Amino acid sequence: MIRTLFSSRSRKVYDFHGGIHPPERKALSNGTAIVPGPMPAQLILPLNMHIGAPAKPLVEPGERVLKGQMIAEPSGAVSAAIHAPTSGTVNAIGPRAIQHPSGMDAICIVIDTDGKDEWIEHTGVADYTERSPGELVDTIRHAGIAGMGGAGFPTSIKVNLGDHQRVEELVINAVECEPYITADDRLMRERADEIIAGINILQYLLNPRRTLIGIEDNKPDAISAIKRACKGCDIDVRVVPTKYPSGGEKQLIQLLTGKEVKSGQLPAKVGVVCQNVGTAYAIKRAVIDGEPLLSRVTTLTGEGVSQPGNMEVLLGTPVRDLLLHGGVDPDNIGRLVMGGPMMGFTLHNPAVPVVKTTNCIIAATLEELPEPPPEQPCIRCGSCADVCPANLLPQQLYWHAKNDDLEKAQHHNLMDCIECGACAYVCPSHIPLVQYYRYAKAEVRQQAAEQVKADKARQRFEARQARIEAEKAEKEARRQARLEANRKKKVETSAPSVDTAALKQASLDASKAYKAAVKAAKAAEAEGADNIDELKAEVDRLKAEADKAKATVRDAKDAGPAAAPAEDLVGNLKKQVGEASTAYKTAVKAAKEAEANGDDNAAELRAKADELKAAADKLKAELRDAKASAPATPAAAPQADPVADLKKQVGDASSAYKAAVKAAKEAEENGADNAAELRSQADELKARADQLKADLRDAKANAPATPTPAPAAAPADPLADLKTKVGEVSSTYKAAVKAAKEADENGADNAAELRAEADRLKAEADHWKAELREAKASAPAPATPKTPPAPTDTPKAPETEAPQALTAVDPEVAAKRQKRLKALKTAYNMAHKQYKEAHAALERGERNGDIPAEELNAMERKVDKLKGKADVARDALDALVEEAKADIRAHTGKDLKTLKLEAARAESALGDKQRELEQQRDSASEDTLEALSSELQALEAEAQIARMALKQAVEEQGLQD
Amino acid sequence: MALISSTSPHTTVSNNTGAFMRQVIYATLPGLAVLTWLFGWGTVINVLWAVVVALVSEALILKARGRPVAFYLKDYSAVLTAVLLALALPPTSPWWLTLIGVGFAIIVAKQLYGGLGMNPFNPAMVGYVLLLISFPVAMTQWIAPGEAPSLAQSWQLFTGQLPVDGLSGATPLDTFRTWAGNESELASHSILHGQFAGLGWEWLNLAFLLGGLYLISRKIITWHIPVGFLGGLALPALVAWLIDPVRFSDPMFQIFSGGAMLGAFFIATDPVSAATSRSGRLIYAALIGVLIWVIRSFGGYPDAVAFSVLLLNLCAPFIDYYTQPRTYGHNKANRGTNSAKQGGDS
Amino acid sequence: MTAVLIAVAALLALAAVFGAVLGFASEKFKVEGDPIVDQIDSLLPQTQCGQCGHPGCRPYAEAIAEGEDHNRCPPGGQDTVDSLTDLLGRDELTLDDEGAEDADIPKVAYIREDECIGCTKCIQACPVDAIVGAAKLMHTVIVDECTGCDLCVEPCPVDCIDMVEVKPTLQTWGWNRPAGIGERPDSRIEVVNL
Repeated sequence: MIRTLFSSRSRKVYDFHGGIHPPERKALSNGTAIVPGPMPAQLILPLNMHIGAPAKPLVEPGERVLKGQMIAEPSGAVSAAIHAPTSGTVNAIGPRAIQHPSGMDAICIVIDTDGKDEWIEHTGVADYTERSPGELVDTIRHAGIAGMGGAGFPTSIKVNLGDHQRVEELVINAVECEPYITADDRLMRERADEIIAGINILQYLLNPRRTLIGIEDNKPDAISAIKRACKGCDIDVRVVPTKYPSGGEKQLIQLLTGKEVKSGQLPAKVGVVCQNVGTAYAIKRAVIDGEPLLSRVTTLTGEGVSQPGNMEVLLGTPVRDLLLHGGVDPDNIGRLVMGGPMMGFTLHNPAVPVVKTTNCIIAATLEELPEPPPEQPCIRCGSCADVCPANLLPQQLYWHAKNDDLEKAQHHNLMDCIECGACAYVCPSHIPLVQYYRYAKAEVRQQAAEQVKADKARQRFEARQARIEAEKAEKEARRQARLEANRKKKVETSAPSVDTAALKQASLDASKAYKAAVKAAKAAEAEGADNIDELKAEVDRLKAEADKAKATVRDAKDAGPAAAPAEDLVGNLKKQVGEASTAYKTAVKAAKEAEANGDDNAAELRAKADELKAAADKLKAELRDAKASAPATPAAAPQADPVADLKKQVGDASSAYKAAVKAAKEAEENGADNAAELRSQADELKARADQLKADLRDAKANAPATPTPAPAAAPADPLADLKTKVGEVSSTYKAAVKAAKEADENGADNAAELRAEADRLKAEADHWKAELREAKASAPAPATPKTPPAPTDTPKAPETEAPQALTAVDPEVAAKRQKRLKALKTAYNMAHKQYKEAHAALERGERNGDIPAEELNAMERKVDKLKGKADVARDALDALVEEAKADIRAHTGKDLKTLKLEAARAESALGDKQRELEQQRDSASEDTLEALSSELQALEAEAQIARMALKQAVEEQGLQD
Repeated sequence: MALISSTSPHTTVSNNTGAFMRQVIYATLPGLAVLTWLFGWGTVINVLWAVVVALVSEALILKARGRPVAFYLKDYSAVLTAVLLALALPPTSPWWLTLIGVGFAIIVAKQLYGGLGMNPFNPAMVGYVLLLISFPVAMTQWIAPGEAPSLAQSWQLFTGQLPVDGLSGATPLDTFRTWAGNESELASHSILHGQFAGLGWEWLNLAFLLGGLYLISRKIITWHIPVGFLGGLALPALVAWLIDPVRFSDPMFQIFSGGAMLGAFFIATDPVSAATSRSGRLIYAALIGVLIWVIRSFGGYPDAVAFSVLLLNLCAPFIDYYTQPRTYGHNKANRGTNSAKQGGDS
Repeated sequence: MTAVLIAVAALLALAAVFGAVLGFASEKFKVEGDPIVDQIDSLLPQTQCGQCGHPGCRPYAEAIAEGEDHNRCPPGGQDTVDSLTDLLGRDELTLDDEGAEDADIPKVAYIREDECIGCTKCIQACPVDAIVGAAKLMHTVIVDECTGCDLCVEPCPVDCIDMVEVKPTLQTWGWNRPAGIGERPDSRIEVVNL
């Protein structure tokens, strides 16, 4: 399809399809000689001034650099080095606005210039023919030369094709077909000899059959200058008719050689290498003068600048400095274009630097390059197809791009579009065709990338599925093998007598502890507690333990005989229990519904539910008994049973509590009258659940050590329990907070109440957490094997509980009282000490018998006095404690726990005293013993009172329940 | 300081679609002048009326479609449609004929297909064909050349107050069709014997030719469609005339009679409904020409520009499909299946 | 009467012939396998996110082939629904994404590594193995492999996984679609520092 249009001076110049003749506007800037550009205060050097991988910085901020010093090296094959264009200090390496139509930032090296322009040591090669082509390619690579025409492809790759590729034609692109730009024109006029020297180096490197320079016929001076310079060289100067885009690489190759570069291939494939004149000039400077690429000739033009012309600009010079240098009127600029008006891009920011590919800056007025008019409908005039240099169907591409029909657009060779803009230039409807193509191309690329990613994702997914399947199969195989082995073993040896049930229980306990610990850890984390790490470690330890226990159970199971057949009686009972609980649950549900509906018979229903519950409990008790007495149950069962039962009860109680809370919440939401009632009921239930839990704990503590195979699991229990508690309390707290918040939002009256409740719960949660922490701290290290019940938490509880409860009641009063309490305690302690000392002295005297009777009597009196004093202090203290307790009781009302803790405290005090008494029994006098025993009695009475109170409260609660 | 941010190119040719359309309208002026000279003021009145009808109906339908009215009216495409249709109508057409034709052309043939650029058929010709088959009598009543009615008479014809019968006469194409094969009759009708073609109509066609050449010189249209059109019409006419000059009219008569030149330079060149590629346009136009000759010589209608154009409008996508150019860097033009993969290899 | 018989006989003969031809053709040009599932699978975005209720894209493709609605793939968006509609010749459906507005925005998971406790839950949840890490050690997302399905967000016990929007880079940036007919593009950019 290559049509020969005309012959010029006996040498053929071909033609390409389409093309346009926009107003050239080159006269604006081609009249004056190239002048040096400004020396800006700061140079901004993007790491990506070229196509390919960004260069790798070699300098640090603050480092002083000299002119010509390499500040970034090429990273990879397709990359180019960067040099400091002048001497100065590296200010920063960071994101700056760069030469890109998106206006995005990229990493740049910023150099503060010092104005000295101090060169680094550099030498050129006078006779490049002495060097091997490889060395020269290296020189070019390290000089950072990249295509100066606009694309910025690293030159070293283009000139290093390898031996297998024969270069037919070396094409030097001196066409400069875009309007406005005159950089190459001026360069050729003024530095033709250096350009030819550069071309000679290229010839030496590539050894082409012929070398062609293509220059448009609108640059007669440049043509004559080049012709003059290349006299005697083997270079053809070809004048091509002025037509845009003759300067496109493929178009120029077609014009000069008639060869067509296949779609998606490089010109080298057809034996052609194309280089820009500017690149040739840069090669000469790099090879012969030893100067890397530090500056370039850039056209500053447009009607917005008063002194348009060409400047030799240092790379990295901000466009702003250039504009100011050229005398810009900021108010008169409508559009700032980097590159030509046909293919350049508008700048968002005048701080963008001039880079290796920047051949032109147009500061155009609004009249010169007016705002694009709105797009009109395509009238299929076909002008675009007439001017397309790639012989595409721009109109079809437009329809397809507009409709996102990317497949059809690609079918119409969208990707062969060179984005020259000829179609959009001629379009009478002012359709931004190039933007449509760019959009479609970006979409195509994105879809391709997505496709690649999707394929990868699919592969990974399938691989994962396969792996999971394989793992499953392997596990199954292992299991089968083990079963097989066990069967064999069973045949060979008698079954070892391992208590499977006990092991199981231990394992269960261990995993429960682990779970509770995890929960506690989570809760703690949610609260932002400090000891998260500790908790985590704990959790991990527990997990290990649980796993171990499980493994033991598994082993035991595998080794042991099949589980004993269930007893008939037990089975029956179990069934009955199940039925009863179902009935109970149904009843509860019915009651709840009735309540929700405000039915009259709600109370009745609830009573019935209670009845059913009692029945169920009874059955359960029976079942327990039956189990206990069942001869077939494993040895551990009776021990585990009460605990399990309690556990179950705790579970029931807490679920009942939860249900009650839920009901209460619902009622509150519905504004039902009985909400308060329900809530109090819920509180009661909670108390009961708590009590049961405490019982459970006690039971566990009292229970004989869990069977030997799993001793490790046991110590976890109190901790786990605490943790569970913490978890429960905090979840209750959270629920309460939520309810309060909801109430707040709904403007409910009881919001304040709810909030108070939440606060209380929070305090409780905090308390338990603290306790947990302490318990943990005092718990034996995980590594050492230990004996079960850890008594650590019981004595601690009362001490922390009392002030806690006080603060919960009324901070002020409580604080005051606490102060007094403390004072009294100190007073009592002092008195007691004095009394004891006196007593000891008296005793000593009595024993030795060397002290006169009078003195002894005096001492005795003193002792009595001191004792009386101590007793007074004690009484006061007791009274105060009693008062505090009463207060607490009054405030917290149904708070059983407090009572319980009082009781516990009294008991522990009693225990202490008992121990003291026992210790002193041998040594102390009658008197002392008497005193002690009377004290003991008092304490006993106190403990009794506490116990009674507790019992009464419990009974009260029970009645209400 | 606010700078423009836009995609390249940053400069475009200064004309626009509206300017294109206006140029075409200006290019019809010689033809309009000759029409007035030959047949009186009827055409002028009808052109003005048609423009009014077109603008109003376009504005209404744009409004109904929720499009910006002023923006679309500025492209002059409705005006051009109206002018071309009015030029094709007989000068004796009453107002309602024009109203129906133009209204149908704008509303149905253009806007209901999606407006400018989306219509597969030439709207003016759709309107013309609708009138031709609905009102065949009114559409064939031309005035004998040289017997131009006065302005008052033209107005009365337009308003329907004056019956057409008294003024109407046969056109050269009509006359030839009636007496084809009868040598003596053909010789006796002076209307068939102007300076170089049918009496009066030769000048009309010459005027449209002039306007068309102006369009080509202004690069509004390319030569492909007119040359293809006239060649497709003249070539079979020449062959047939050489074989039987009594049965078939000579090629000069063919291309300078009826709507040949109007069709070749103004109707068939409507870019929206024509083929797009250059070779495609040549084929498209040649086929129109051949079809016109066939219908004129053998069909039931004396002229056939409208039918032929519409029939080839139908074929335009097909022609486009088979005349896709070979993209640079590819061995073959893209045809065949719709696979993106096949498009890429070469 | 004979005419009727002849007609009937002729018709029967024709039926036999055509039947034979059709039978032969169906054997000769038999399509192997069940390519429809492959075709559906190739249209799905392969995020393996499971938002359709199936464990991965292929299972969903199989379900679609068996008649399940083809509008349950939020990552694919309406485009995928439309192309599935075309492929299957079913009624047009709108995407069933529960009104998620940001479905089109590409996202990847990001683990706030300070907060990660190393529980491996997200690793188990990830359908494409895009999270690496070991128990008790910090985990991290391989961004290139992450399909943005957000399946890992839910299981994280400490909520340290965010779905972050993938910001365009210089490499992925592309021109916008032009504003369209009659629209003057908002093309002014305020520049202050000149």
